[in-house]
Amino acid sequence: MGLGLTFDVAHLLAGGLVLVSFLMITQHRLYALLNAFALQAVLLSLSVAWQAYVQHAPHLYVTAFIALVFKAIIVPVGLHRIIQRLGIHREIETVIGSGTTMLVGMGLVALSMTVMLKVTPGADPLAREDLAFALSVVLLGLLMMVSRRNAVSQVVGFMSLENGLVLAAAGARGMPLVVEISVAFSVLIAFFVIGVFLFRIRERFDTVDVQALDRFRGERR
Amino acid sequence: MIISASTGVIAILVIPVAAAALFAALPGYRISSRLNVLASGLTFLASLSLFFGDHGGRGPYLFVDDLNIAFIVLNTFVGFTTSVFSASYIGHELETGRLTPVYLRFYHAMYQVMMAGMNLALTANNIGLMWVGIELATLTTVLMVGIYRTHEALEAAWKYFILGSVGIGLALFGTILVYVAALPVVGEGLSGMVWTVLVTKAAQFDPAVINLAFIFLLLGYGTKVGLAPLHAWLPDAHAEGPTPISAVLSGLLLNVALYAVLRFKILLAANPGAIAPGPLMVTLGLVSLLFAAFMLYRRRDIKRLFAYSSIEHMGIITFAFGMGGPVANFAGLLHMAMHSLTKSGIFFAVGHIAQIKGTQKIADIRGLTQTHPWLGWSLVVGVVAIAGLPPFGVFMSEFLVVSSTFAREPLLAIPLVLGILLALGALFQHLNGLAFGEPVGSIAPSDASYVPMFVHFGLVLIAGIYLPATLVAWFRNVAEILG
Repeated sequence: MGLGLTFDVAHLLAGGLVLVSFLMITQHRLYALLNAFALQAVLLSLSVAWQAYVQHAPHLYVTAFIALVFKAIIVPVGLHRIIQRLGIHREIETVIGSGTTMLVGMGLVALSMTVMLKVTPGADPLAREDLAFALSVVLLGLLMMVSRRNAVSQVVGFMSLENGLVLAAAGARGMPLVVEISVAFSVLIAFFVIGVFLFRIRERFDTVDVQALDRFRGERR
Repeated sequence: MIISASTGVIAILVIPVAAAALFAALPGYRISSRLNVLASGLTFLASLSLFFGDHGGRGPYLFVDDLNIAFIVLNTFVGFTTSVFSASYIGHELETGRLTPVYLRFYHAMYQVMMAGMNLALTANNIGLMWVGIELATLTTVLMVGIYRTHEALEAAWKYFILGSVGIGLALFGTILVYVAALPVVGEGLSGMVWTVLVTKAAQFDPAVINLAFIFLLLGYGTKVGLAPLHAWLPDAHAEGPTPISAVLSGLLLNVALYAVLRFKILLAANPGAIAPGPLMVTLGLVSLLFAAFMLYRRRDIKRLFAYSSIEHMGIITFAFGMGGPVANFAGLLHMAMHSLTKSGIFFAVGHIAQIKGTQKIADIRGLTQTHPWLGWSLVVGVVAIAGLPPFGVFMSEFLVVSSTFAREPLLAIPLVLGILLALGALFQHLNGLAFGEPVGSIAPSDASYVPMFVHFGLVLIAGIYLPATLVAWFRNVAEILG
C-alpha cells in the first residue's frame, strides 16, 4: 500500500474529529450535542482502527472497539436517558456566543497546528500530524468545558477532550497498551462519577445547570 | 518476571487495595475505622522496610530510589496518623447525622484506594502508570469531597472534578509527548515510558518536543499541586469535604503531584538543548505565594484559611525546587516534609474545633485557649509553626530557602520574603481572635484523640531544634539527584 493512501485516510479521519468538535462547540441543543459526540466517537474508533492496521498493532483494535461500544453507544444512550429523566430544557446556555466560540476555536486549531508542526519536524510525519489534530480536539474540548454552563454539556466536553487524548495515544507508534486501557478506564470511572453527581445535583436543585450551583460559590456569609 | 520489586514495594500497594476491598464488604463502621488504622499502620511499617536491604530491581513498572523513598515514607506516615484522627472524627459525624453508616463504609474503602493510588504514583517507574496513580487518587478524593452532599460540598466536588480532569488531561497529553520524544531514541514499546530508561537517554531527545511536553506536564500536574492560577478547586475542596480528607489533600496529594513534576524536571535537566525548567517553576511558585498571602487576609472560613496557606507553602516549595542547586533543593525537600506534618496537624485541630463549635466560620470561633486549652494551644502552636517562626522546623526550611535565594538572586528574594511576611501577618491576625478573643459558641468538652496532632507538632519541633545527621545526609543525597 502506498504511503499516500495511509496518510490520506489517517488525515481524513483525524480531520473529521476536529470538524465534529467544531460542530459540538456551536451545537446548542442537548440531544443534537449527544449525536455529534456519538459521531465523533465513531470517527475516533475508525481512526484508531486505521492506526492499528497501519502500525500492525492488533492491540489498538481493542481501543477502537472500546471507543465504538462505550463512547459511541453506551454513553450517549445513557446521557439521553438522564436528560429525559431529568426533563431538562433543550437549550444550552453558553457563556459566549457561537460566533465568538467559533472564532476562538479556529484560533485554537491554528495554534495547535503551528505549535505541533513546528516543534516536531524530526518526528514520524504520520505521528506528528496526528498529534496536531489530537491537540486541536483536546483544546476544543477544553473550550467547550469553559464555555458551557450546563453540567451535561461540560461532561460531553470532557469526553471530547478524552477523544483527543486517545487519538494522540493511538498515533504514537507502539505506545504501550497500559495507557490506552487506562484512558478507557478513566472514562468509565468518569462516567460513573458524573452519573452520581448528576443524580445528586438533580435531587438538590432540580436542574443540572451549573449556574444554579454558583449561587453557593465562595464563602458562606 | 514482569514486576521485579521488593516485597516492601508490593506491600505498600497490596495492603491498601486489600483493605479497600475488605471495607467495602464490612458493614460495621467501628470495626472498619479500627481496621483502617491497622491497614494504614501496616502500610507505614512496610514503607519503613524500604530503607533496609536493596531497593529491589528497577523493573519497567515499579522502582524505589532515594528520591521517592522520602516521599513514600512521608506519605504513609501521614496516611497512618490521619487514619487515627479519622477514627475519632467520624464517630462524631455519625452522631450529628452528617454521615450515615453506608457512607462511612464507602468512605473507608475510598480512603484506602486513595492511599493505594498515591503509593502507586510514587513507586511507578513507568510515566503512564504514574499518571494512572495520580488519576486514581484524584477521582477518589473528588468522591470524598462530595460525601456530605450539601450544596457547597457538591459544588466543591464538581469544581474539583472539572478542573482536576482538565489538569489530568493536559498531563496525559504531556506524557504522550514524552513518549513521542523518546520514540526515535529508545524505540517502540514499553521502554519508551520507563523513567529510568528515559533519563539515561534524555540527552538525545529532540529538545523542542521535550520542552512542549514539560509545559503540558507542568500545567497538568501543577493544577493538582494547586499552583495559582490553577488553584481554584483547592480552597473549596478543602473546606467542604471531611476534615481528614482536607488533611491528606494538603499533606499528601499536593506533594504527590509535585513529585511528578520533579521527575520530569530531572528528565528535562538531562537534555542540554531543552529550556531550563527552573524559571517557569520559580515564577509559578512566586505567583502562588504572593496570591495566597494576600488572599489569606479576608478569609471567613477556618478550613479555607488553611487551604490558602497550603497554596502559599506549595508556592514556596515549587520556588525552592525551581531555584535548584543542592541548598535550595534540600530546603525544598525539608519544607515539603515540614509543611505536610504541620498542615495535617493543624487540620486535625481544626477538625475537632469545627465539630465542637458546629461551624467553620472564623467569626464564630473565639477564645479557644480559655474554653478548650488543649485544642486552643495546639492551634496556636500549629499556626506559629506554619507561619515559619522558630523554634519549629518550618522556620529552618524557610530560612534556608530565603538565605540561599539571597545568596544567588537577591532580587527574587524580595518578593519571597514579602510573601512570607504577608502570610505571617494574616495568620496571626486570625489567630488572635480564634485563640484569645472573648469565648463564643459551644464550650462542650472534646472527646477527641489528641495523639496524632501532638505527634506531628512534636516531630516538627524536634526537626526545628535538631535534625539527625542521617536524615541530613539522606536529604542531601536526594538534593543531588534533583540537580
